Amino acid sequence: MENNVAIQLIGVNKWYGEFHVLRDVNLNVERGERIVICGPSGSGKSTMIRCINRLEEHQQGQIIVDNVELTNDLKNIDQIRREVGMVFQHFNLFPHLTVLENCCLAPMWVRKVPRKEAERVAMEYLEKVKIPHQAKKYPGQLSGGQQQRVAIARSLCMNPRIMLFDEPTSALDPEMIKEVLDTMIELAESGMTMLCVTHEMGFAKTVADRVIFMDGGQVIEMNTPDEFFNHPQHERTQLFLSQILAH
Amino acid sequence: MANATPQAAPSKPSLWNDPQKRGILIQVLVLAAIFAFFGFIFYNTLSNYAQRGISTGFGFLNNTAGFGISQTLIPYQESDNYWQVFKVGLLNTLLVAGLGIVTATILGFIVGVARLSKNWLLSTSAAVYIETFRNIPVLLQIVFLYALLLKILPSAKESYSFAEAVFVNKRGFYVPEPIPQAGFDWTIWAFVLAVALVIVLRWIARKVQEKTGQQWPMFWIGVALIIGAPLVTYFMTGRPLEWSLPVLKGFNFQGGIRVIPELVVLWIALSVYTAAFIAEIVRSGIQSVSHGQTEAANALGLRHNQTLKLVVIPQAMRVIIPQLTSQYLNLTKNTSLATAIAYPDLVAVFAGTTLNQSGQAIEIIFMTMMFYLSVSLLISLFMNWYNNKMALVER
Repeated sequence: MENNVAIQLIGVNKWYGEFHVLRDVNLNVERGERIVICGPSGSGKSTMIRCINRLEEHQQGQIIVDNVELTNDLKNIDQIRREVGMVFQHFNLFPHLTVLENCCLAPMWVRKVPRKEAERVAMEYLEKVKIPHQAKKYPGQLSGGQQQRVAIARSLCMNPRIMLFDEPTSALDPEMIKEVLDTMIELAESGMTMLCVTHEMGFAKTVADRVIFMDGGQVIEMNTPDEFFNHPQHERTQLFLSQILAH
Repeated sequence: MANATPQAAPSKPSLWNDPQKRGILIQVLVLAAIFAFFGFIFYNTLSNYAQRGISTGFGFLNNTAGFGISQTLIPYQESDNYWQVFKVGLLNTLLVAGLGIVTATILGFIVGVARLSKNWLLSTSAAVYIETFRNIPVLLQIVFLYALLLKILPSAKESYSFAEAVFVNKRGFYVPEPIPQAGFDWTIWAFVLAVALVIVLRWIARKVQEKTGQQWPMFWIGVALIIGAPLVTYFMTGRPLEWSLPVLKGFNFQGGIRVIPELVVLWIALSVYTAAFIAEIVRSGIQSVSHGQTEAANALGLRHNQTLKLVVIPQAMRVIIPQLTSQYLNLTKNTSLATAIAYPDLVAVFAGTTLNQSGQAIEIIFMTMMFYLSVSLLISLFMNWYNNKMALVER
């Protein structure tokens, strides 16, 4: 039963104690689609994508990734995490391992790939993110932009079908944002299914198939970038865009 | 050119205002004062010794001790000299320190991990344990446990017995003593070979994983080999091991091994006390690894125990080891509290009884201090080496 849907969220609700973080979120992502999610802080956008690989648990509704439903079943969670890569705001590289070891760890222990093979694949992806010569260094010896590119390569080494980005450039200096965005644009052009929480509106305009605006745990507006930026429908979206594009 | 001003050599301050020279002068004065002070003490001590007819030096070590010791790991009798007493006390101290370090580490890691458990009962019990035992002076804990044990335990005649092999009473814990017969060597060799084999297999397993990606269940293979091989050999060679069981004869037990209650009390009390600190160290070490690390590992598909083994523990150990060292040192030094319950450690038999009998206070205290200093420095040295090994992994 192969269909073209990569991710499906149906009526997803989530609470942190009393706080209602996600309110009835519905979303369909097709294979190869690039989606940018934006919205004010606390709007639930990070929480939503963190639910997709079960870093957070949802309490109501259904999340179906790659035709596998996310439940408490550890087997399903393992299967989905293997297919879904994630890049974090603060990189979260393993500081006690070299760049190469960071990239080989999961393929070797999760996919049971021989070390030689894992290293070959890792070097391939490190070439792609343009830092093969740093392979023997430790994360602490790299700049923020370099670390984030390593983090992207580390995720790609698992050969995921879907990539999630949780504000990948928010912790970076302005001159490093470009190198990370360039890497992401290249990845988008290769046909990867991507969900990206970001405030980089330039990136959204060039890459995204759809832009989603969230506020108060709800999806307020969802449209093509063209429509979204030029003719925002919702008042809240207009206000947000005027603020974020002003400077 | 005769009038040319000399090249800007800075004018020299007076001797007293030159910081460098002033510093040297002060150091010389202080050093002289210190020498004078210790010289005075040394001279004073010597003349006091002479007045009381006490000889100086380490000659007294050859004198006969003339007292018994309740636990000796090496042959000792009352007619032996003080040097032998020193060795007996030293080994007794090392015994309880070694036992304590092992059990405190195991207990501490268990309680520390339990403290972080999501299970309310488990984490609360661990918290209560930690806060109770680390906030009561260890001397009180030792004395209390000793008094309690002596109250509870029966006399020799009414010993608690377990399967007629283990007996417990006020005099101690009696356990069977294994006596190897001819042919038991094979079992020992089987054990040694199994250990060597496991080391080689581990190496091969790593190579296999690197080549093919296959992982062997090395932990279980290791356990099976190290326990199984000696056991099979033991039965195949006709069980060449006899047990000397403790038997009540008259008022006392004969045969078996007697563990004195003082050792048990000191061992338990020091382990329990130090484990409370180690638990906190383990907790803080694990918590020092940011949650992002666990999330990244999970997002990559690593399982819970893989995340612990490959990501969290290697990083936590860097925080844990240096603090663990100081707890080991504390435990070793705390063994000197043995005196309070008359466990025959170095302080009790040497810095206590021997000092009282011979009066050689300075030599004896000096030797005792030197012993603790060397043991502590050895532990530090080892732990620093281990720490460097772990830290090198990072950079």
